[in-house]
Amino acid sequence: MKLITCPLNGPRPLLEFVCGGEVRAMPDPDTSSDGVWTAWLLNRNSVARVRREWWCHTPSGYWFIAERDTASDDFLKTYDAADAVGAGA
Amino acid sequence: MPRRLLKFAVNSWLGRRHPEPRMFRAPERLKAGYEVVIIGGGGHGLAAAYYLARDHGIRDVVVIERGYLAGGNTARNTTIIRANYLTPEGVKFYDASMKLWRELSAELDFNLFYSPRGHLTLAHSDADLRTARWRAEVNKHFGVDSEVVDAGFVKKRVPEINLHCGGLTPIVGALYHAPGAIARHDAVAWGYARGADQLGVEIHQDTEVLGIDVVGGAVTGVRTSRGHIATKRVLCAVAGRTPAILEMIGLDSPLAIHPLQAMVSEPLKPWLDPIIVSSSLHAYVSQSARGELVMGASLDPHELHSTRSTLDFAEGLAANMLNLFPFLSEVKVNRQWAGMADMTPDFTPIMGVTPCEGFFLDAGWGTWGFKATPISGKTMSHTVATGANHPLIESFSLARFARLELTGEKGAAAVGH
Repeated sequence: MKLITCPLNGPRPLLEFVCGGEVRAMPDPDTSSDGVWTAWLLNRNSVARVRREWWCHTPSGYWFIAERDTASDDFLKTYDAADAVGAGA
Repeated sequence: MPRRLLKFAVNSWLGRRHPEPRMFRAPERLKAGYEVVIIGGGGHGLAAAYYLARDHGIRDVVVIERGYLAGGNTARNTTIIRANYLTPEGVKFYDASMKLWRELSAELDFNLFYSPRGHLTLAHSDADLRTARWRAEVNKHFGVDSEVVDAGFVKKRVPEINLHCGGLTPIVGALYHAPGAIARHDAVAWGYARGADQLGVEIHQDTEVLGIDVVGGAVTGVRTSRGHIATKRVLCAVAGRTPAILEMIGLDSPLAIHPLQAMVSEPLKPWLDPIIVSSSLHAYVSQSARGELVMGASLDPHELHSTRSTLDFAEGLAANMLNLFPFLSEVKVNRQWAGMADMTPDFTPIMGVTPCEGFFLDAGWGTWGFKATPISGKTMSHTVATGANHPLIESFSLARFARLELTGEKGAAAVGH
């Protein structure tokens, strides 16, 4: 099974992880229009590319950031969310 | 030796070209312009081309395909045809498709191996039975043959099934959909391709879209790897490649691409008549015309633009298959593959007009596209010809997301709910 390097637990099998989707900046719900809010809620950018994603190591309940190529499934980098500058967290 | 065979041999010996006509022409170059450009030479695109020419008299149509004909999800699905969905919109749409399927071999004068088998959605719990009852009632209301049956019925239709199912998830009943069928996927695409070609449609393989020209909010042309095409109408039917095409014209969508894997066993003598589906076990199986067991499971859990296969998938699916049919432990897996499913948040397609004038979308086919091939061709050709959505696809529009009018089709296969 594919191994993912968890920043907290080291290399662990893929089965122990779930993907939380792309790291995106949330618009301010109080000031954004309905259109902007709905677009953020539903629309996704699923073009194949390297992108930053939220991942969770489920047995330890630890969320972190992974840079993954969605064409090759290569995990280029994984790091703690606190190390992500402007992660929208 | 039959005379025809002799003719082939002599021609081949003389170095002549194959004397039989091909399924469709292969024009050497693209024309400078077409009335309609269809991106994607899969079942949906070819069906739309066929009905545009046949029903709407629009024959100046080109189908452009990046790879080879029907090499995408048309070749990668598990060919199950059914109409026992959950929402009124879904049931009406897929039932209209089934009516077309029944006549399709005769219509295209091509044997599609269309084979009504009966479709059993197994229930392993009271919750499963409740969903089955719900679906059956919605189906019956719209005239679709669908009923809840008990475990004895399942055993009678499939004597080889293990109702005990490994002990943890015994089978307590099923949703039975008698018209459920399978068909030969390649034949569907080739049949439509030949039909469209005979009506004047051009098919160009190995032709990739590089860009779409939009002036003043309306389509004016398509740039391809084999030259520019001027056109005012483009139909996009490219499943997993849809986000890349939408990016070219700056349209957003909720599509997310996930691989959907499947595998087949070595050929066996016919023993499995109905199509068996278990949402709880995330497994479905049918026996194809050539005896292979065609098996599928749920989507890969994270987004990926790749048709790679994984051992994890084969192991997980095999384990569930053995719970249903323990005797398969001696049977080998022949092939394994994946397709790229374009998933929507409500398990319903995205069809029809878009904010970009002249750009029509046939996407969001996730795990439910093959069975919709005829009706999607029919309704999209109407939409392209008239510029207005066909009534059957009104609730499938891209605009539904902005209005938060999602459909919630939980009768879709290969999705956990």
